[in-house]
Amino acid sequence: MSAGTCGLLVLGAGPGGYVCAIRAGQIGIDTVIVEETAPGGTCLNVGCIPSKALIHAANEFHKITHASDQSALGIKVADPTIDLGKTVDWKDAIVRRLNGGVEGLFRKAGVRLVRGRGEILDGKTVRVVTEDDEETIQTEALVLATGSAPAALPTLPFGGKVISSTEALSLAEPPSALAVVGGGYIGLELGTAYAKLGSRVTVIEAEERILPQYDAAITRPVEQSLERLGATVLTRTKALEPTKKGLRVDHAADGPREIEADRILVTTGRTPRIREAGIDGLALTITQDGFIAIDDRCATSMRGVYAIGDITGDPMLAHKAMAQGELVAEVVAGHRARWDRTCIPAVCFTDPEIVTCGLLPDEAAEQGFDVAVGQFPLAASGRAMTMEAASGFVRALAERGTGRILGLQAVGRDISELSTAFAVAIEMGAVVDDISGVIHAHPTLGEGLQEACFAIGGKAIHV
Amino acid sequence: MGVYTIMLPDVGEGIAEAELVEWNVAVGDTVREDDVLGTVMTDKAAVEVPSTVTGRVVWLAGQPGDTLAIGSKFIQLDIDGEGDDEPAGDDAPAAEAKAEEEAVLEAASAAPAEPEPQPAGRGSPSPEPQPVPRRAERAPAPVPRPLAAPAIRKRAREAGVDLRQVAGTGPAGRIGHDDLDAFIAGGGRQGAGKVRRLATGTTTRKVVGMRRRIAEKMALSKSRIPHITIVEEIDVTALEALRAQLNAQHAPERGKLTVLPFIATALVRGIEAHPGMNARFDDEAGEIEEHAAVHIGIATQTEAGLAVPVISHAEARTLWDLAAEIDRLATTTRDGKATRDELTGSTITITSLGPLGAIATTPIINHPEVAIVGVNKMAMRPIWDGAAFQPRMMMNLSCSFDHRVIDGWDAANFVRTLKTHLETPALLFMEAGQ
Repeated sequence: MSAGTCGLLVLGAGPGGYVCAIRAGQIGIDTVIVEETAPGGTCLNVGCIPSKALIHAANEFHKITHASDQSALGIKVADPTIDLGKTVDWKDAIVRRLNGGVEGLFRKAGVRLVRGRGEILDGKTVRVVTEDDEETIQTEALVLATGSAPAALPTLPFGGKVISSTEALSLAEPPSALAVVGGGYIGLELGTAYAKLGSRVTVIEAEERILPQYDAAITRPVEQSLERLGATVLTRTKALEPTKKGLRVDHAADGPREIEADRILVTTGRTPRIREAGIDGLALTITQDGFIAIDDRCATSMRGVYAIGDITGDPMLAHKAMAQGELVAEVVAGHRARWDRTCIPAVCFTDPEIVTCGLLPDEAAEQGFDVAVGQFPLAASGRAMTMEAASGFVRALAERGTGRILGLQAVGRDISELSTAFAVAIEMGAVVDDISGVIHAHPTLGEGLQEACFAIGGKAIHV
Repeated sequence: MGVYTIMLPDVGEGIAEAELVEWNVAVGDTVREDDVLGTVMTDKAAVEVPSTVTGRVVWLAGQPGDTLAIGSKFIQLDIDGEGDDEPAGDDAPAAEAKAEEEAVLEAASAAPAEPEPQPAGRGSPSPEPQPVPRRAERAPAPVPRPLAAPAIRKRAREAGVDLRQVAGTGPAGRIGHDDLDAFIAGGGRQGAGKVRRLATGTTTRKVVGMRRRIAEKMALSKSRIPHITIVEEIDVTALEALRAQLNAQHAPERGKLTVLPFIATALVRGIEAHPGMNARFDDEAGEIEEHAAVHIGIATQTEAGLAVPVISHAEARTLWDLAAEIDRLATTTRDGKATRDELTGSTITITSLGPLGAIATTPIINHPEVAIVGVNKMAMRPIWDGAAFQPRMMMNLSCSFDHRVIDGWDAANFVRTLKTHLETPALLFMEAGQ
């Protein structure tokens, strides 16, 4: 039993929490961060990073398999196999290296990491139960960064063959038949990876189409690709309950049926962890959607208590949490920091990838903008052709008249790297002429952004 | 087809040149006979120049603000049938060059739409450098946040500036470092909750036409004439009673009397006693011309500026006659319809701002006259009658005189005569010697 004090205590060392702690430490605030498991949160341990590792492995394997029977490039490979256990070890090594990296950054910034389960006693006091001790810490400012957990379906509780994304990242071997419940980005990223690793994948989506937050033009290339990979997409279909053979589902028109599956991956969403660690005892204001209500300084309804990341609402994205974490550190340090971001880019690492930033066409229309749209098909891109990746497009939305860029979207292989160009353009307040007037390197996929802007003025070169 | 030239007509007696105020037509326009081609300004009046033929405008004599000689080429038109002239030649190279330039520009814009090297600009497909339109007031309604890069927003936050109050001069109203600098330099820092936008920018207007005439005239008067101004208070209680009575009796058939015709009459009486006040001083010739006729200029505010229509022979007019003439001249002058004759020839001037008239003014003499009578506003004031304060209707006169030719003594005597007549209005109707 020990006691301590600090200026800032961060509860949860995910991307939001660790960035907040590091920035606070850099500024010179006496900072403590409390984490029960390895630092890095969902993103680093069971989210972005490991999933990208698995997707990379699946892509490599698929490329080689593809080469072994039908490569147009003339490459011949004999009967490739994959040892998924080794793949997972490789992935875990990356995760461990990054865990260690975060701890190193804490030390460098003078942040004290307390390993243990935090329990909020009041808005200024946190008790941490460590492996063999208990520590009560008094803090001037408290940052809640407890993140989110995979949401379970009542009819499909996790356990047995029903798994969440966490387990899906550590399977010893690819399932022979995988049912993915929920056609959102997590389900499709993992479903695509397992389809490439040889699983027979069925995606069950209740809405009209997969990735329903995007428009049909964006999701179409992803649907086509899943089809080519031999995956089945069942839209307007609900998962009922697991059966011996697999899973019973109910199609809105055709009625119930049974599909084969030795694993059922449930990716219907994530639940914010707002009842853990005694957060509910603070009686903070909760939004209608069930998140912790914050203002433009990430301050909650209780003075001195801040919240960042997934518990503050959609989009549940690591980079949003990171930006909030940095903001809170500055707010606590007394800087005049405010949340004033125009856009949060979002990437979906399916095949092809989807990247969006700013407003989608229907959102822009809803907000009353008179929108001009320019689109560049990657089929017209020399670079895309040389990558055997000519499906997809880059699209630009601008306000008619002012030319102000409202939204940028793209779908295509490796197109996620354009997220930077997209976000910079929108956050800087670019107009169409700004992007049109920037020389884009040839041959790259990024040229598509300039061409899409040319297209708005009806001056596309390569179409 | 032929070229027909219209010369600048003689718009007023003894005028050698006139200033071009505006063109009502442009090169390429088709005009009909009697259409107004343009407006020129003489000393006092704006004169519209009509077309004498029907045709298409091919050449204009100059720009608004230019001075054109009477009888010079004013405009050329392409007409059906034979013209009377060659197209304007060397005598007007500037205008010619301009016309050519316009033709070239026109040709350029009419060129087939070649793919331009210019990137896909929504707003400015033209390669011409264009002035960046200020779109500060243009608010893209659905987005509450102003358009500015993150570094600008950070600077603004740290400086305590609400970017919503900063005018962005960039494309789409984007706020740049310069805009923020200008805002801060202009003392734009504001307290919480106050929403006040700094006004920036300068509007430049050319001083042309009537305004230029006024400016020149004022400068001439004020720089050449050493003014002496006398302010005297007048008890107009009796005058007002008389006026009310006359209006009650005669207004329906003779029109309403204001105080001005009374003052004009007082002026006539005053001049009978002090003829030196009704004069024009030609300081270059060193001559004072004293006039028998009393032509009273009445300073009148018009949309274009100050004008001074003239009541001719006030000495021969009755009170109602004066009232009607003042009314008529004010209307024609405000409508811009006063003739040159109606705007020239005054020998003394009255200036009155009516209810705006203030307590005292320092009227500027209407050069080359030697005296001006300024009428200040009427108000009920307490006046000590030796035993008690009495409420009396009081009005001040502020009169300026050319001190080169009128001594203070004479000026004061003249003002006293006006005062006497206005305070005892019966005297107004007694001519000198009666």
